[in-house]
Amino acid sequence: MQLASFDFQQNHFQLFGLAQSYRIDTAQLEQQYRALQALVHPDKSAHLPDAEQRLAMQRATLANEAYQTLRSPLLRARYLLSLYGVDIQEENNNVMPLDFLTSQMEWREAVSEAQQERDVSALEKLEARLQHETRELEARLAVKIDTEKNYAAAAEAVRKLRFMERIAEEIHAAYDAIDV
Amino acid sequence: MALLQISEPGLSTLPHQHRLAVGIDLGTTNSLVATVRNGISVVLNDENGRAMLPSVVRYLAEGSVAVGEVAQAMQSEDAANTIVSVKRFMGRGLKDVGEVSRLPYRFADSGGMLQLRTIAGAKSPVEVSAEILKVLRSRAEAALGGELVGAVITVPAYFDDAQRQATKDAARLAGLNVLRLLNEPTAAAIAYGLDNAAEGVYAVYDLGGGTFDISILRLSRGVFEVLAANGDSALGGDDFDQRIHCWLLERNRLSALGPQDTRLLLTHARAAKEQLTEHAEARITAVLSTGELIDSILTRSEFQAMSQNLVQRTLQPMRRALRDAKLGIEDIKGMVMVGGATRMPQVQHAVGEFFGQTPLTNLDPDKVVALGAAIQANLLAGNRSADDWLLLDVIPLSLGIETMGGLAEKIIPRNSTIPTARAQEFTTYKDGQTAMSIHVVQGERELVSDCRSLAKFELRGIPAMVAGAARIRVTFQVDADGLLNVSAREMSSGIEAAITVKPSYGLSDAEITRMLQDSTQHAQDDMQARALREHQTEAEQLIEAVQHALEQDGDLLSQPERAQIETQMSALRDTLHVADHLAIKRAVSALNDATVGFAQKRMDKSVSSVLAGKNISELETK
Repeated sequence: MQLASFDFQQNHFQLFGLAQSYRIDTAQLEQQYRALQALVHPDKSAHLPDAEQRLAMQRATLANEAYQTLRSPLLRARYLLSLYGVDIQEENNNVMPLDFLTSQMEWREAVSEAQQERDVSALEKLEARLQHETRELEARLAVKIDTEKNYAAAAEAVRKLRFMERIAEEIHAAYDAIDV
Repeated sequence: MALLQISEPGLSTLPHQHRLAVGIDLGTTNSLVATVRNGISVVLNDENGRAMLPSVVRYLAEGSVAVGEVAQAMQSEDAANTIVSVKRFMGRGLKDVGEVSRLPYRFADSGGMLQLRTIAGAKSPVEVSAEILKVLRSRAEAALGGELVGAVITVPAYFDDAQRQATKDAARLAGLNVLRLLNEPTAAAIAYGLDNAAEGVYAVYDLGGGTFDISILRLSRGVFEVLAANGDSALGGDDFDQRIHCWLLERNRLSALGPQDTRLLLTHARAAKEQLTEHAEARITAVLSTGELIDSILTRSEFQAMSQNLVQRTLQPMRRALRDAKLGIEDIKGMVMVGGATRMPQVQHAVGEFFGQTPLTNLDPDKVVALGAAIQANLLAGNRSADDWLLLDVIPLSLGIETMGGLAEKIIPRNSTIPTARAQEFTTYKDGQTAMSIHVVQGERELVSDCRSLAKFELRGIPAMVAGAARIRVTFQVDADGLLNVSAREMSSGIEAAITVKPSYGLSDAEITRMLQDSTQHAQDDMQARALREHQTEAEQLIEAVQHALEQDGDLLSQPERAQIETQMSALRDTLHVADHLAIKRAVSALNDATVGFAQKRMDKSVSSVLAGKNISELETK
């Protein structure tokens, strides 16, 4: 992606005028995002020549990317750790605690069973429980990054979050599969 | 133009006259054109006072083309040359059109987008649609007394890239400057939302002649944010007609009919469907070409039973859209009904039952899309009004690329806010490899064969290196029209790879150019004059804007920077009196280039002032 300077010298937090931390004020993020898009969105320059429209598209694209990143707890943590120069090793570090791996297998089995039984209420219960556990993990992650600045532990929490996101995706796919 | 008029949000920085812009609802069954007059969005009628132009195009032997009512009147007599519901064929191959045998056309299959063989030769759906757009453009120019700056053309939210591109190409062929492709439900939400000062989460249920969309939007403080869109781009009122048509065949023990009788019965089927909205039964009488008399009575309950699964098919996209938006039924404040097919009582009933509340029907489902498109066109054309709004729309279907084993790897997930981009790195797998191919697909399925093929991008000019050494960064950019653009660069050498696109269902640039030449042979002189006027206007506006910007923010520039801009500005002034639009264009872009840095500085100044702790409401009250 090639964007002109205003965006690129700033990281996503700076772009929205937010303090660089895992805990963020999501209402403020949304407000700043909207204020920025109100300036840079391509609709604002649709009557202008092509060069200007391209510039607007690139700025709006970056604003969207930055917003999507900061809005998602997982993406935000990943991005923040990358700013700190921490390698999360998501691709190559699969050494997870045994109890976590066991619970992942149990989740998978439960989801696939609910799908086979076409049991929507079972899926809903699984989804609610997953959400609850995800929130808990995010709360612990916040402490690791912002308070303790224990980035190795934070990286492990991010890897766990990624696992849980995959379960959420599987639940989503199971709904779609049942709901033909 | 490089200068952004953003010094104070909400305040116009330029004195300017009203720029003529229209919104066009290019529908499966009917098309409309609307514009904003004196601050109010109005549909423009034809000389007989009719708002809706039937989307019917008839090709005649002597080379002329009839569009609208006159074509519709001949659709049974001359079914093979009279194209109805062409929207269903946009960006589609022959194998995508399931009901081929039941349609009265002679198709040509050239591998990509299908073509229709008419008495005037093979026609692409793009060319057919362009005929409809040309009529609407003339109607608008006659009504508004001038040339259009541009148009917003609406498309079903669930249209894929090929269908969107085909629509944009049709507009180009019709000589329209496309300000934006706008999703139909979003257009309806703008019309409804601005009219009712609506706040909260709304669902727009849009069942048109041939397409179904469901969009979930959050409306708050002048922002229209699409949270999720879903739908079925091959489901609409036409399918209900088909059900009645099949019922008539069965009922009267008829076997396959010729094109003329097929069209005749479909026309009667549609009339019966419309009648059943108000009445408990409809009588269908027709005389076939064989002299056989058809006389059947269809009751509302029979019709509802035979079309029940069509209505049911709209429920699944609704559930999916809600899940994608991470919302429940209880979060929906109201359902806006769009499209003529939502008049059917069984549709209203099903939607009401699904959401547990009565749908909103206080707007004309046939006109609301065009009205909303006109409002957006007015904004995009640069006619600033007191209330400004922001529209955040999404891409409806995931974009992916083909990977090993025929699998699709998602690169941009559905419901991403546009514009959006994603860069991906590829490498070469053979020593000295200088070219590679990337197959881009759209859809949610895992297998490439289950997704829609959009295009194959061939990258050439990769510097020869050992296998795995080249790092080719490919950027997939989806613009505000929801259209994909791909660019590539080799990272270690910085060489821009040349890209050749082979669209799977689209038209190549050469084909578009040929069609443009065909259709504009007679209008060459007009085009020249038009181009000249357009460029002169653009140049005048640019000069005005630059002058204004210099007065306001001239202090941001150094003396040489300012001199550079002034030189280019005076060069542009000199070209204004020469009847050469290309010279003006060159001078405009030279001035544009000269002001890029200035615009950047103004932008930085403006952005930093906005983000320096101000919030939206403060800005709005200015």
